[in-house]
Amino acid sequence: MGPNTGRSMAVAALALAMPGAALAQSNIVYNLQDPVTRVGQSIYDLHTLMFWMSVAIFVAVFSVMIYAMFAHRKSLGHKAAQFHENTTVEFVWTVIPFLILIGMAWPATRVLLAIKDTGSPDLTIKVTGYQWKWGYEYLKGEGEGVSFMSSLATPHEQIYGNEAKGQNYLLEVDRPLVVPVGKKVRLLLTANDVIHAWWVPAFGVKQDAIPGFVRDNWFRVEKEGVYRGQCAELCGKDHGFMPIVVEVLSAEKYAAWAGEQKKIMAAAADDPGKTWDVKDLIARGEKAYAANCAACHQPNGQGVPNLFPPLVSSKAVLGPDAEQIAIVLHGRKGAYRPNTIMPPLANLSDVDIAAAITYTRNAWGNKAEDNLVQPAEVKAARK
Amino acid sequence: MSAVIDGQAHEEHHEHHPAGLMRWVTTTNHKDIGTLYLWFSFIMFITGGILALGLRMELFQPGMQLWNPEFFNQLTSMHGLIMVFGAIMPAFVGFANWQVPMMIGAPDMAFARLNNWSFWLLPVGATLLVSSFFVPGGAVAAGWTIYAPLSTQMGPGMDLGIFALHIMGASSIMGSINIITTILNMRTPGMTLMKMPMFVWTWLITAYLLIAVIPVLAGAITMVLTDRHFGTSFFNAAGGGDPVMFQHIFWFFGHPEVYIMILPAFGIISTVIPAFARKPLFGYSSMVYATASIAILSFIVWAHHMFTVGMPTAAQLFFMYATILIAVPTGVKVFNWIATMWKGALSFETPMLFAAGFILVFSVGGFSGLILAIAPIDYQVQDTYYVVAHFHYVLVAGSLFAIFAGLYFWLPKWTGHMYDEKLGKWHFWLSMIFFNITFFPMHFLGLAGMPRRIPDYALVFADYNAIITIAAFGFGLSQLIFLWAVLKCIRGGEKAPARAWEGADTLEWTHLPSPAPYHSFHDQPDVK
Repeated sequence: MGPNTGRSMAVAALALAMPGAALAQSNIVYNLQDPVTRVGQSIYDLHTLMFWMSVAIFVAVFSVMIYAMFAHRKSLGHKAAQFHENTTVEFVWTVIPFLILIGMAWPATRVLLAIKDTGSPDLTIKVTGYQWKWGYEYLKGEGEGVSFMSSLATPHEQIYGNEAKGQNYLLEVDRPLVVPVGKKVRLLLTANDVIHAWWVPAFGVKQDAIPGFVRDNWFRVEKEGVYRGQCAELCGKDHGFMPIVVEVLSAEKYAAWAGEQKKIMAAAADDPGKTWDVKDLIARGEKAYAANCAACHQPNGQGVPNLFPPLVSSKAVLGPDAEQIAIVLHGRKGAYRPNTIMPPLANLSDVDIAAAITYTRNAWGNKAEDNLVQPAEVKAARK
Repeated sequence: MSAVIDGQAHEEHHEHHPAGLMRWVTTTNHKDIGTLYLWFSFIMFITGGILALGLRMELFQPGMQLWNPEFFNQLTSMHGLIMVFGAIMPAFVGFANWQVPMMIGAPDMAFARLNNWSFWLLPVGATLLVSSFFVPGGAVAAGWTIYAPLSTQMGPGMDLGIFALHIMGASSIMGSINIITTILNMRTPGMTLMKMPMFVWTWLITAYLLIAVIPVLAGAITMVLTDRHFGTSFFNAAGGGDPVMFQHIFWFFGHPEVYIMILPAFGIISTVIPAFARKPLFGYSSMVYATASIAILSFIVWAHHMFTVGMPTAAQLFFMYATILIAVPTGVKVFNWIATMWKGALSFETPMLFAAGFILVFSVGGFSGLILAIAPIDYQVQDTYYVVAHFHYVLVAGSLFAIFAGLYFWLPKWTGHMYDEKLGKWHFWLSMIFFNITFFPMHFLGLAGMPRRIPDYALVFADYNAIITIAAFGFGLSQLIFLWAVLKCIRGGEKAPARAWEGADTLEWTHLPSPAPYHSFHDQPDVK
């Protein structure tokens, strides 16, 4: 229990006693987030319209019932009438709701048709859902060729209550998706393992990412800023820990960002022929492991009993390196427990795979005979 | 039945049955089996409730405190499965067992031994389901919807869950066959279909829905099973399958399933309201037609659960329109209940309180359902707490409150004693208040962007979650009053007259004493 307990209790007690007082608090949320796209705005307006129509019907219908509940009581001496069946009344209360529903369906159809138009984008980005992070690849438009992974940046200590929680707790990532303001961005979504859903409430976009299939969606953000969302489809253990952050920049800033990314990528592109020494590779591997392996095998390499195998003293890690390379590249199924799955990680670079493997062979007291795996070995194994 | 047999001897012969535990194991009596169903359902209700409180404790404040994320997912998934398949569905079958023979003037159900077997499958299925918590990897953690391919990743707990669903599904199918046969063949002379009590009508339609869709569920989960163990690729794109196909098949079962859990509730409400308004149901035939329309429409709306998977525009429009259309027959029902109350002589004993509360609060769930049916709005609130709020308004304030209304209504007939009205009223008011404090704020959470099925959340959602957890405990504890009231009523209390409620006019009240005899009707009553 952390320092929040007292506060939560106090707030809860207060709110139970006086709902009005709790609602008056400034940071209480009760409606859709402020939209920053035209689609988001039209969804927001549609919801407002539907909400008030529902309230009006609710009040109209139930004031009749409440009136009867008070006026037509036996205890007041009210005698029961015995009328029943009236074709006119029954016809009217079937047709009027039908007409109201047509009135609701009409604006909904218009908004839906506008949403479905994913044509002529300025920028196309491929979004891949992984257990449990997002991958972004800029396929077409300014920034073409840029690609990176985006994972939760909230430290473990905050989640487990050893540190105060930050302002954007669970809604912060190491590398946000960056897009230009006012441009139509088309997303092509897929997934690597199970179904995920990419959702940014302020954009009014929620789209399932389905393994083996590509779906598309789009947005055009009209206001610069940072917008936050989350995975919206249950995708296993860390479903609650794979947020989405989108940074929307002006055209100039975006161009500068894209240029810089390309330079960084060119500089960071590893010389494939380079031979690494153990120390450098372990240092690099620690990062690669944290980003790609630790969610399942845990930062301490102990895994999770019956779900994810430990790497400490593991046969695969201490045995021949070719086997471990094959497992990482191609994945495998059912080796630990009948239904456990190691996903293929061939999308990582040779250097990252070699580094992560080298790291596991030297970390947590592991002393593999073959403790150094060069990127060239990974490259050879890919063929 | 031969009228020549001496009534007294006949009675004694039939009243003879084993005592103690064997009475319940070997019973073929519709009342005993009804009682077994209801107690089974109550045990599952408490089990599912404890799981719900377990997950609410974790959500009391941001951060991970009690459970790890895997176990949290098991709690949410098993809460859903147990409540749907263990608590709500068997409770309504319990009502059907007790009430259908009495309401149609029959001595018992048509297939008495099958009836015993349908019940005794349930504890077996439930044991399998709950024991999955103790196998390596734990219980089902892919949500009660067990979407593939997440469900193909799970440990052996998923296999146990699949077998449990198969067994419970077999029980439902047998129960449905029995109910349909009983209703169609054993009605007393003069009781034409259009003279049957509304509760019997709603169960007749529900039983057809069950027979139509339980095999669909069985197919879907069997495909998951073969994908998991026998190398098939129904839901795996790499082998030519499609993960989304699972959702289509699941919801082709799943949406009618929703109405399986609400149509008998409508039947109970349509019985209770006229009794306490002392006035006939306003539009009997339109209620029958509305029930049938809802059942038929339930087969063509399934994909509204899947608006975000990315379907063609035409499909989205079709499913949106079809879903909106369901509001028409549902509206007809609500208008009918209100018109029945209008100018009646109303009194508000506990069954009527729950029935009136049902209409009011269930309708909130109806309106949120209408809002969810609008595809563009659904993009924003799908898989958020808004959906959680919606389906608890229709399943708790809907199905569960109707079950309570029915229990308080028929307890005098079943036990021969009046229940304690004061306890009943406490149970109603506390349930109603805590229910709304628990679930209403979930609408706000969903709109503001909190996804469902997450073990931890952003700070902006903290205050609502704290309130919800406290109210959820209040709701859970209020159910102990219900247990107390039922036990008290079984053990004693004011003697109930044959017609315990002034306005009750179905056969069990007009032709049978309280408590109802072990075999309801030796001679078929006359119905004009």
